[in-house]
Amino acid sequence: MVALPFPCEQSARVGEPDVAILEFRQVCKDFVSRRKRTHALRNVSFRVRRGTVTGLIGPDGAGKTTLMRLAAGLLLADAGEIRVLGRDAAADSLAVQATIGYMPQHFGLYEELTVEENLDLYADLQGVPEEQRSQRYSELMAMTGLAPFTRRLAGRLSGGMKQKLGLACTLVRSPPLLLLDEPTVGVDPVSRRELWSIVYRLVQQQKMSVLLSTLYLDEAEHCHEVVILHEGAVLGQGPPASFRSPLHGRTWAVSIPAGKKRDIQGKLSGAPGVVDAVIQGERVRLVLDAEPSPEVSRSLAELAGAPLEPVPPRFEDSFIAMLRSRRSGNGEAKAANRISSLPNVSTDGAEETVIAVRDVQRRFGDFLAVNRVTFEVKRGEVFGLLGANGAGKTTTFRMLCGLLPPSTGLLRVAGIDVRRAAAAARARLGYMSQKFSLYGNLSVWQNLQFFSKVYGLSGRRRAERLAWALEQFQLTSLVDAVSADLPLGYKQRLALACALMHEPDILFLDEPTSGVDPLARREFWHWINHLARQGVTVLVTTHFLEEAEYCDRLAIMASGAILALGTPEEIKSLARSPRLPHPTMEEAFIYLIEGANKGAAGP
Amino acid sequence: MKRQEGSKGTLGEPSRGGRLMRLRGLVRKEFLQILRDPSSIAIAFVMPVVLLLLFGYGLSLDAEHVPLAVVVEEPSAETASFIGSFQQSRYFELVPLSNMRQAEQALREHRVKGIIYLRENFARQRRSIGAAPVQIILNGVDANTARLVQGYVNGAWEKWLELEARSNGVPLTIPVQVSERVWFNSELRSQDYLVPGLIAVIMTLIGALLTAMVMAREWERGTMEALLVTPVAIQEVLLGKLVPYFVLGMGGLILSVGTAVGLFAIPLRGSVIVLFAASSLFLLAALGMGLLISIVAKNQFVAGQIAIIVTFLPAFILSGFIFDIGSMPWPIQMITHLIPARYLVAILQTVFLAGNVPSVIWPNGAALLLMAILFLSLGRWKSHKRLE
Repeated sequence: MVALPFPCEQSARVGEPDVAILEFRQVCKDFVSRRKRTHALRNVSFRVRRGTVTGLIGPDGAGKTTLMRLAAGLLLADAGEIRVLGRDAAADSLAVQATIGYMPQHFGLYEELTVEENLDLYADLQGVPEEQRSQRYSELMAMTGLAPFTRRLAGRLSGGMKQKLGLACTLVRSPPLLLLDEPTVGVDPVSRRELWSIVYRLVQQQKMSVLLSTLYLDEAEHCHEVVILHEGAVLGQGPPASFRSPLHGRTWAVSIPAGKKRDIQGKLSGAPGVVDAVIQGERVRLVLDAEPSPEVSRSLAELAGAPLEPVPPRFEDSFIAMLRSRRSGNGEAKAANRISSLPNVSTDGAEETVIAVRDVQRRFGDFLAVNRVTFEVKRGEVFGLLGANGAGKTTTFRMLCGLLPPSTGLLRVAGIDVRRAAAAARARLGYMSQKFSLYGNLSVWQNLQFFSKVYGLSGRRRAERLAWALEQFQLTSLVDAVSADLPLGYKQRLALACALMHEPDILFLDEPTSGVDPLARREFWHWINHLARQGVTVLVTTHFLEEAEYCDRLAIMASGAILALGTPEEIKSLARSPRLPHPTMEEAFIYLIEGANKGAAGP
Repeated sequence: MKRQEGSKGTLGEPSRGGRLMRLRGLVRKEFLQILRDPSSIAIAFVMPVVLLLLFGYGLSLDAEHVPLAVVVEEPSAETASFIGSFQQSRYFELVPLSNMRQAEQALREHRVKGIIYLRENFARQRRSIGAAPVQIILNGVDANTARLVQGYVNGAWEKWLELEARSNGVPLTIPVQVSERVWFNSELRSQDYLVPGLIAVIMTLIGALLTAMVMAREWERGTMEALLVTPVAIQEVLLGKLVPYFVLGMGGLILSVGTAVGLFAIPLRGSVIVLFAASSLFLLAALGMGLLISIVAKNQFVAGQIAIIVTFLPAFILSGFIFDIGSMPWPIQMITHLIPARYLVAILQTVFLAGNVPSVIWPNGAALLLMAILFLSLGRWKSHKRLE
């Protein structure tokens, strides 16, 4: 699905199967804070073979960073053994640190230093002799494409360039083992693809071994070997194909007319035998618990109103299947599917424009954060803003909420000019920010009460809405629980309940699912679909490409401007060519960014 | 300190050359950051200059031109002569008022700081024993000025009595004649002892506050994590911080001494070498405290708060810089012994105003040395190449 050489075919040649360059044996690690003990890693065992790329995949809080830090000798394990290049990472940490290359999250760059000064610092620290430097630097700069920017301050680089400079700094003295902690998260797909091709080159040409952690499930396909980490435990490990193969014959798709996809997806996800049902543009993709009998296929096709077509399994399917089978035991499964149906809001004004953004610009000093952005969202639509960190998504959001005035342009929410009457516009919308703005030390009930008061509810209406929130989001049994201790899925629900307290007909969601495991993400989208069916207009930002498929329409943003606007199918078709008859969203995004860069570089 | 490297120097180059190269890289990086980061410049240079100007010009503990109301019930030659002794003084500005009601009103409205009230039988009463012909009412809110006015009025009263007696040919029977002479700061200028003391505050600012904050910034931005996973040894990381901020602190010292001597014309009676040696020791102690704080606080806000509370404020309040330690209650006096600034302030005030007094310099210098060793070794002992 990606235009990169699939690495597995080289693995037999490149990797030496029995030489473990990094090995975890029964490693446990707990963190103790005042109130409680958390198990960051439980009995983790795996190995990274020489000359391979091993992907460490899992949501936030799975233990990826802890694992990386243990391997780098920055933390000590409570139990178990970690061997790096034959050395004990705990007892011999200085020697281990002197050998490996390690890039922490956010790349570990000094923002006040230029590209070259950052390289100089790491060359000094790694003891690279002066006479070798200029050659090494030019190699690294050629590899990362940073050669024209050596005098620029690192703080002024884009996210993708910072990521590559971070990598270059860890490579000043080509280490045999490279630990990369979430190098691709929040970075645009072009930079992500470039990083992967650099990693392959290092593995192939220099026999380097790489351990790389990521949130993105689709990146599993780029690795020789994958370790899935979930809640501190290894859920599975092996080559990506070994995850896909048990799913052969179990993955299907149905084409669906645009207007009904949410209804049908809702029905299908509740159907017996269905493990997973997600919207993909004009289709709904299904993962079944077993290869379907003709009867099952027929009944599902009847439900969907269209025949089932087989599709190849993806890595994500197996992850979902694994998580579902784990969770069905503890009663949490498909909680979201039991939503009581609400009376549907009238869809009379379906063509009514609810959000209008025209020619909006926003400057910060000489930096243009948002550049002539124009779009409209109709009632009941789920509209996505897709882009990397720094693309201007959050700035656009803040302007729409009236938290930030635009430099120029027009913003209307529910017919109200946001510049004139921000408070009136805000009363009509619900907002959920990136990190669920809940009060962690208040209970569920106290949070709900607080938000109901903030939105000015009182008397019977307030009591009704509080009861609604508890019932609708199944929080009744948790009213006294402290919000900070809730599992992520419940936190999401509570945050959504708070944002919906005043019955807004417009919902703004700023990266609501970043770092969340795929099950929780599905649950969240289930709520969103449910709200959309009731006529609530949803504006959502994301850097997950697959989430773009869930939207009715979306805008792809890069460096402050909209590159393309339309339905997922329309956007994907922009990249269609004889070479790429069925482009993915990622390929479309890459095509658009490269087009924009060419346009910018031209005369 | 070399234990770790010596036994495990199996790869890389634990050689002197590698270490010097790493240290050079770290120090150069730190200087580049200082030069390009406006907040470092603000703390290292702008704040000291503001403090120096504020304490040099703005804040004065001397009372001059204090407005005083004068109410004379029955003007006479004697009252005029008594009042005259105040009029000549530069310390007071007299406001003649006709009755006490007006004077009390003026006191309440803060137009005057006190009232001198001469009763109608001033001339007669002053001769009788036990009578009080002069009443002074002072606004005690500003205790400092009140005490000053009180002392001055007392002095003026005695002096006037003496003069009167002499001019009348009647010897006055005052058993002891006080002959006053102020040593070391004969003009009693408060800047002369405030500005030298301020040097301790400024060096605390650079040594402890700035160092704690830049260390916290490295943790916050994740650069420390990247540094630690290199062949660098933890003592090199620490030295890489100490060297630049030591230089910066000495810069602050030169700036302060220059301003003190050049701009405020404060005498420097002792040796410059003693001044710099004591200040260096103090700076090392302050840097040690900064490192210790950064071990506890890994974000800039918390580091700044802790540094202000445990280093900056004590240097201000408990060092003897403004408030005399001898007049503090004894438990507080005990606490001041833990404040390194106290020893430096004692040395600074002595070296500037009195000269090299060995009995002040040696014990305080020894205390500073002890504190520097204590804080630096604690900082070294508590630092690890680990995140826990």
